[in-house]
Amino acid sequence: MKKRLVSLLAIATMTATMFAACGSSETASTDTASSDSTSTEETTATETTDTADAAVELPEDTGKVLNIYGWNEEFKSRLTDHYADYTEVDATHGKIGDVDVVWNITPSTDNAYQNNLDEALLAQESASADDKVDLFLVEADYALKYVDTDYAMPLKDLGITDADLADQYKYTQDIVTDSNGNLKGASWQACSAGFIYNREAAKEILGTDDPDEVQAAVADWSKYNETAAKVADAGYKMCSVNDTYRVYSNNVSGKWVQDGKVVIDKNIEKWVDDSKELVDANAETTDDLWGDDWAKGKRPEGKIFGYFGPAWFFNFCLDADQEGTIANKGGWGYCVGPQSYYWGGTWICAATGTDNANLVKDIILTMTTDKAVLKDIAQKDADCVNSKTVLKELASDDSGNLDLLGGQNPYAQLAEGAEKVDLSNLSAYDQGCNEEFQKAMKNYFQGNATKDEALDMFKKAIVEKYPDVTAE
Amino acid sequence: MRPVLKAKGAFMAKKSKVVRYNKWGYIFLIPFLVVFIVFQLIPLVSTVYNSFFENYRSGLTQIGPNFVGLENYKTIITNGDLPLYLKNTMIMWILGFIPQILLSLLLGAWFTDPSLRLKCQTFFKTVIYMPNLIMASAFAMLFFTLFADGGPINSMLIQAGVFKEAFKFMSHAGTVRGLVATMNCLMWFGNTTILLMAGMMGIDPSLFEAAQVDGATANQIFYKITLPLLRPILVYVMITSLIGGLQMFDVPQILTNGTGDPMRSSMTLIMYLNKHLFSKNFGLAGALSVYMFIITGILSLLVYKFTNSEKK
Repeated sequence: MKKRLVSLLAIATMTATMFAACGSSETASTDTASSDSTSTEETTATETTDTADAAVELPEDTGKVLNIYGWNEEFKSRLTDHYADYTEVDATHGKIGDVDVVWNITPSTDNAYQNNLDEALLAQESASADDKVDLFLVEADYALKYVDTDYAMPLKDLGITDADLADQYKYTQDIVTDSNGNLKGASWQACSAGFIYNREAAKEILGTDDPDEVQAAVADWSKYNETAAKVADAGYKMCSVNDTYRVYSNNVSGKWVQDGKVVIDKNIEKWVDDSKELVDANAETTDDLWGDDWAKGKRPEGKIFGYFGPAWFFNFCLDADQEGTIANKGGWGYCVGPQSYYWGGTWICAATGTDNANLVKDIILTMTTDKAVLKDIAQKDADCVNSKTVLKELASDDSGNLDLLGGQNPYAQLAEGAEKVDLSNLSAYDQGCNEEFQKAMKNYFQGNATKDEALDMFKKAIVEKYPDVTAE
Repeated sequence: MRPVLKAKGAFMAKKSKVVRYNKWGYIFLIPFLVVFIVFQLIPLVSTVYNSFFENYRSGLTQIGPNFVGLENYKTIITNGDLPLYLKNTMIMWILGFIPQILLSLLLGAWFTDPSLRLKCQTFFKTVIYMPNLIMASAFAMLFFTLFADGGPINSMLIQAGVFKEAFKFMSHAGTVRGLVATMNCLMWFGNTTILLMAGMMGIDPSLFEAAQVDGATANQIFYKITLPLLRPILVYVMITSLIGGLQMFDVPQILTNGTGDPMRSSMTLIMYLNKHLFSKNFGLAGALSVYMFIITGILSLLVYKFTNSEKK
């Protein structure tokens, strides 16, 4: 009896492997099937739209379905909480008045979100009215890939004027401005970022944890490097080289790709040289962002001096709710850092061919320009919002004080940073270039390659990723 | 005259009464043929077809397909990456396959040896097969965490005094390749053991008995009887493992986060192929696949020739 049971188990395990092998392809096919069918269950509408003839006077909304493409639940929860007419039906459906809202959410892992959105937008013209993309969300790293095409609609065609958007930070508009100067998206977030430092360590090494004095110690890169040397002497690490990368890469003097050729900017090269020196001096690590080793610095035992990041980073990524973290004890401080930069944020774009233009316009206006809504978002969801007035208000009273920063009110620094961010040198290739550059340089930092070999590796990876770009 | 005619008539009458079974043979083949044509032959032909075109996507702009002849093949040959990644793949395969086949032979010989009277055989057979049930990506993820700079292996080694500070397993070509080989070996030795056991149990027991009567030692029996008679199964195991090895992807991909670092020393051919799919570069990817098809064919033939040549 026992023997039979064991052999039965053996058979079961072996058959299981057979199915395990087919597993991945099966799930993949059901995934695509479900995303196709999400919007087909609605009734069909025969009207088609043309927005071309009306610049400000929008045609009446004929669509019965509003398709929104995103990669996580963030915008959905913002819309649920702050857009008065929205009612949730279930996890992927909602209603605004008579219009059904359909959420097409694909995670961005392995580029899945963009692949899915690409297919949807390329099929936009031939898609039935209920399947057409109405709104889609983009991140700054690849915004231009969509914005610099006709698939995204200029906001002025929706009747949104510059005056409506005057209170937004300029950099948030630079990111979604196409090569002809048309603004094609808007964000409710202004993710200016700075240096988040460990107060305990700052007191020990610099003798102070005051944000202004720490700022003085990291005011530019040469001061930052001096401080890093002191940090290393005290047995700490400054941060990871990948933490500082965005600070350098946001402050370049030219685009990644110029005339179809990859160009490595001076400031990027400075990152390579500075980082190599700091890694060799044991002052910075080469840990990948979000990895376990990198995350160790969130606790005092991790011996990390700081992280670079924006408001969402210190609010959500420092594990303030966990016992024993620095954030839990209110042990972080925030200053602007060596150079101003931004990190993250979600932009809302209207898809060309939408049959709900009025609704789309209203959503964009309400979510990104309505000051009451924005203040509500800032206070309820701890987003750093895209409104100069609201940030000023938050900086001026105590409601902006944060426990995890030891009671510091970071809004003054956040607003100052957001003013200074300059993003005139974005290109549609940024995401790939930044990722591949960091990966390739890790070899150089860890001593597995010379600088030239690592640069060759980067060029090779870029040509693979973007066959239309040359690297020599 | 008449008898001949009669005989002919009888023959014809007989023939019509015979029940023909061969049409059933063809009917039973249909499901296989349909699946083969739809999922194997058509993709194979379209891969070759695609390899002659420039066809990729830059952002949202589709470029091509434009006929470029053998341009894609030329690109792959001239940039010199193919031999490098083939070498990486083969190194990692051999590193994993040698311990795997030795372990499997040993276990197979023990399990099939009646004089050892091993207890709980089925249990052990199940256990050694278990690693194969874990998804390769989950297994790679597990190793990635175990061997991280601050992972449990490092803290154990530091506490034992082997290292002073964390050893970066993921930034040395040797350790990354070693880890990939170890994982492949662990995942597949159970499968190989079961295949070899089946082969060993198919050998006529009277041969073993005769050898024992003649006074052969266990070693002699293994080398002179088991191994030579196991050759067909060994060839099968080697060829399937070689093809599987050339298609190595998930373990190194997950372990190195798709980079094949350090300096792409653990990048396999399929990982390289995967790089071209970011831009949906079907032309180059197609040409690369054709090369791999040829390489796999040649290597399989070589293995087959080598292992079968002495027999005749």
